Amino acid sequence: MPVNLKLQSFEPLIIAFCCNWCSYAGGDLAGTSRMTYPANVRVIRVPCSSRVSSNFILRAFQRGADGVVVAGCHPGDCHYTSGNYFARRRFLLLQRFLEFLGMEPERFQVHWISASEGNRFAAVMTETTDKIRALGPNRKLRDTR
Amino acid sequence: MRRIGVFICWCGTNIANTVNIEGVTEAAGKMPSVIYADNYKYMCSEIGQSMIKEAIIKEKLDRVVVAACSPRMHELTFFKTAAAAGLNPYLVEIANIREHCSWVHKDKQEATGKAIALIRTAVAKAARNKELWATQIPVECRALVIGGGIGGIQAALDIADAGFEVDLVERTPSIGGRMAQLDKTFPTLDCSACILTPKMVEVASHHNITLYTFSEVEKVDGFVGNFEATIRKKARSIDLEKCTGCGICWEKCPSRVKSEFDEALVMRKAVYVPFPQAVPNVPVIDRASCRRFTREKCGICRKACPAGAVNYDQEDEVLQKKYGAIVVATGFDILDLDDFGEFSYGKHPDVLTSLEFERLVNSSGPTGGRLLRPSDQSPPKNVVFIQCVGSRDKSRGKPYCSKICCMYSAKHAILLREKYPEAQAYVFYIDIRTAGKDFEEFHRRAVEEYGALYLKGSVGKVFPDGDKLLVKGVDSLSGHAVEIEADMVVLAAAIKAKSDAPQLARLLGISTDTHSFFTEAHPKLRPVEAHTAGIFLAGACQGPKDIPETVSQASGAAAKAIILLSKDNLLSNPCVSEVNESLCTGCLSCIKVCPYGAVAEKTIEEKIHGKALKRRVAEVNEALCQGCGSCTVSCRPGAVNLKGFTNEQIMAEVDAICL
Repeated sequence: MPVNLKLQSFEPLIIAFCCNWCSYAGGDLAGTSRMTYPANVRVIRVPCSSRVSSNFILRAFQRGADGVVVAGCHPGDCHYTSGNYFARRRFLLLQRFLEFLGMEPERFQVHWISASEGNRFAAVMTETTDKIRALGPNRKLRDTR
Repeated sequence: MRRIGVFICWCGTNIANTVNIEGVTEAAGKMPSVIYADNYKYMCSEIGQSMIKEAIIKEKLDRVVVAACSPRMHELTFFKTAAAAGLNPYLVEIANIREHCSWVHKDKQEATGKAIALIRTAVAKAARNKELWATQIPVECRALVIGGGIGGIQAALDIADAGFEVDLVERTPSIGGRMAQLDKTFPTLDCSACILTPKMVEVASHHNITLYTFSEVEKVDGFVGNFEATIRKKARSIDLEKCTGCGICWEKCPSRVKSEFDEALVMRKAVYVPFPQAVPNVPVIDRASCRRFTREKCGICRKACPAGAVNYDQEDEVLQKKYGAIVVATGFDILDLDDFGEFSYGKHPDVLTSLEFERLVNSSGPTGGRLLRPSDQSPPKNVVFIQCVGSRDKSRGKPYCSKICCMYSAKHAILLREKYPEAQAYVFYIDIRTAGKDFEEFHRRAVEEYGALYLKGSVGKVFPDGDKLLVKGVDSLSGHAVEIEADMVVLAAAIKAKSDAPQLARLLGISTDTHSFFTEAHPKLRPVEAHTAGIFLAGACQGPKDIPETVSQASGAAAKAIILLSKDNLLSNPCVSEVNESLCTGCLSCIKVCPYGAVAEKTIEEKIHGKALKRRVAEVNEALCQGCGSCTVSCRPGAVNLKGFTNEQIMAEVDAICL
């Protein structure tokens, strides 16, 4: 395959950290309602969005993920009362840090998806994939050794 | 080197249609540490499960990965399978290749690739799984029921009859709820009060039930088996013990306000019982409209009361109580019709909602059961019923079907004819939905025996014409415009969730759907449980429902609560946080983020170079920890880890995905 063609058909790898109670269930609902979204998205189940350490996200980017999504319950609806508030503060900071490092901030996204929002889950994953496909591969943080 | 077994489920055709099972099995067999890979049509079936058990024993597997449906669906099933073969259940990982793969992707090659990646991820995590053991936590053998309508009443009675103590909390001055407002019930035309009031009295007299009316739940802490609720008993201003319910106080009271129970069709006094059969039959003083409280004048009721029960200085009482289970049965509201100006609701007194109509035909209602027009107190001849006002209406109302309107409108048409044999009922409808035992027959009776005229179509406008109402609509079956001179128009307004349902959901830590109805744990298999363990749902707070459905759901919720309360101990979730004391620096930032107060500080003694030193570290109370993992992220030295979702496991998952 010629090199330029390979670039054109770039398919991003996206990791989505989903909280067990809302967003993972929202993903399940997207499945049971037979919605479709790109297969680029790989979900990691965590108990709460506050369980997602910035380390995991940086690791994902270093290992070559092109985009990372953290999805949790809507503010106020956290299964653990306040976890998503901590996540929100932490990730605002991380987003600015990634921007400071020179990475496109769109590569890291935080979304609130409830257990009843299968359509939103599918929409978020589709939009994110489209956005990151347009951005091209993550070169900035990728471990190039 | 681990000995991991991978079991891939076809799920009939659900997975096998979009994922190349053979290819995936082959790829899984080559993954690191995987020594066994197999597939079967239905892994969750008995044959599938025994396949797993046999392989665990024969191949001496020490980790198991099941690639099947969502772990939210069958994780427990496969945990039990592993345990039956002598493997610690927490050594099992699920790769979700159905909901997150085969069902959402169309392309077979893509889906197969993703399935392999998901299995690789689960294998990587499983390799780092450790044996975990659940601990026992004691259960508080009391139940709290929130809401005193028919749902709450039924649930409270069932739990109490099983021998457990129940506290029933109702916000209004009396239990009874919506059902108390109704006259007759479909499809049998039973008198609503006749079947409800005996139950209300039973609740009040049951030795296991404590009734808190005019009270609200303010706060709920804790977790399954060990909830702690704060209940505010609002000041009734009447002594419950002394009052005899004689009624002199409300006869003498000079203040009048619109009656909530009678849908604002008549006035009530400031000291009142909502309806004659109220339980408890003790009035309350509505402080917002009582002259004693608004203007510091008056005091007539205190002077008049022969029992000396009126007490203006009574204060709110706040109670702290412990419960093992909670049943939520808070009911529904009627959609606000402000956006439906074309029906002249609120502008003309003879345009009513169905609930107002219900009060007008009720013998304890404002007209004593004589159905009269509110405008001139004359009997109506032509009554137009309009269905789906706000139901199945995405733009102005709710997209869902309110479920009960078709049936109660048929009932209203029958009641109208029974009261006035010459009267004519017209029903404008979109579709008639009569799915239920004897429902269709009941609807046919309204049409055939009681001559109700059903018109398929919508109403464009209702406007006053002299002392009548002119209803302009379309009969879409004949294709003609229809004009009816009506004496009364009844709107089947949509059912909606209680306006404060989201606040209650927050308070309890349960979830709501997009319309603020409480969501059940599984729409088919766990319809009476909330997502939060130990909280159960009954009645229309979970979605529109009629009385029989509410009662059966309430009994279902009660049964689930009884199962919980009848256990002396519960097995705790072992996926909780733990502190590595040798790494902990004692900064205690974990304490600040813990929503359950499960982390505390403790002092340990260490010997360093022969010297005994005291050092501050964090300690996790495993009974309180719910396993959110917030503390693990806040920990700077990385001393806190969450069992089952350790840093190492999640990192391994990330690495496996990015391979």
